[in-house]
Amino acid sequence: MADEITLEVVRYRPELRIEPVVQSYQVPLREHWAILDGLTYIKDHLDGTLSFRWSCRMGICGSCGMTVNGDPQLTCATFLTDYAPGPVRVEPLRNFPVIRDLVVDIGDFMDKLPTVKPWVIRDVDSPVEEGEYLQTPEELDEYKQFSMCINCMLCYSACPVYALEPHFLGPAAIALAQRYNLDSRDEGASEREDILSSPEGIWACTFVGECSAACPKDVDPAAAIQRYKLTAATQAIKNFLLPRGAR
Amino acid sequence: MTTRRRPAAEPLLWLLFSAGGMIAALLVPILLFLFGVAFPLDLLTPPDHAHLLAVLRNPITRLVLFGLCALALFHWAHRFRYTLYDGLQLKRFSVVIILFCYGGAVVGSIISAYLLLTVG
Repeated sequence: MADEITLEVVRYRPELRIEPVVQSYQVPLREHWAILDGLTYIKDHLDGTLSFRWSCRMGICGSCGMTVNGDPQLTCATFLTDYAPGPVRVEPLRNFPVIRDLVVDIGDFMDKLPTVKPWVIRDVDSPVEEGEYLQTPEELDEYKQFSMCINCMLCYSACPVYALEPHFLGPAAIALAQRYNLDSRDEGASEREDILSSPEGIWACTFVGECSAACPKDVDPAAAIQRYKLTAATQAIKNFLLPRGAR
Repeated sequence: MTTRRRPAAEPLLWLLFSAGGMIAALLVPILLFLFGVAFPLDLLTPPDHAHLLAVLRNPITRLVLFGLCALALFHWAHRFRYTLYDGLQLKRFSVVIILFCYGGAVVGSIISAYLLLTVG
């Protein structure tokens, strides 16, 4: 195995240049080093001006998503050896405005996320003294997959619909809405219905499926969206056929 | 996230698209295998013409085949509409595209109904 590998990092420093430029760095090629370790090596030893986001280094925080050789990846979970002998192209996440180097503006996602009310909604909250809301393992399995989302936004970066329609609510937000809709303790599905069933919600999705391919946590947002399409379509038919009281 | 207008037709069109994909995936491979491979290559003994015609004259056969044709056409219409919208970036012609795709599916369904009713 070679000792080093080349990282081609796309740099964007608006105060220096309007266009992004590619800068190459030689970093040690070590067996257990992820792309993020390579970037950290650059920051510590080669070029302290390089900017990128990271936090936990263990695939939980969802901060270090970047485009690696064209694919959206968590850089802490993507290993240099898988790209040997290189070079490896590291770019910011696609479909987001770039603030600097590999740091993107996630404001759009942060604005959209609360609109689906991703928390447990109860019609009437039970007093704390009455204890927990209990749930069977089967009820947990209903939504557990969708609860694994770490908000890394790789699915938004992979989604061609989001690239074309920036108003699209997007895969993670819909999957998180379903995470609560399918939770037996939740009673808020009707409050999420308007936003999910809007043209910017599920109906904008054309089921390309790239979100599920990109997801590092196997959340399968595409499945969440298709499931909700069936729910919404059934509801639309009921609204059309049944009198108001029977829906 | 400004507009909250509910697309009235989209759920129905999606249901037709979804049902069309499902029924085509289930039935078309079987029909293709039987009539495209197994019978021409003598892997299976084909039914004679009178037998096939009798099967085709059964109202249930006609209904199933009509369902397959019509739903598969609506599946095509929905998929092709979005292929033109997103793949070829032609969303500005959406009225024409909608008329062409779903209108085509309606016309195709009428033709299939006519053929199924008049055959034999």
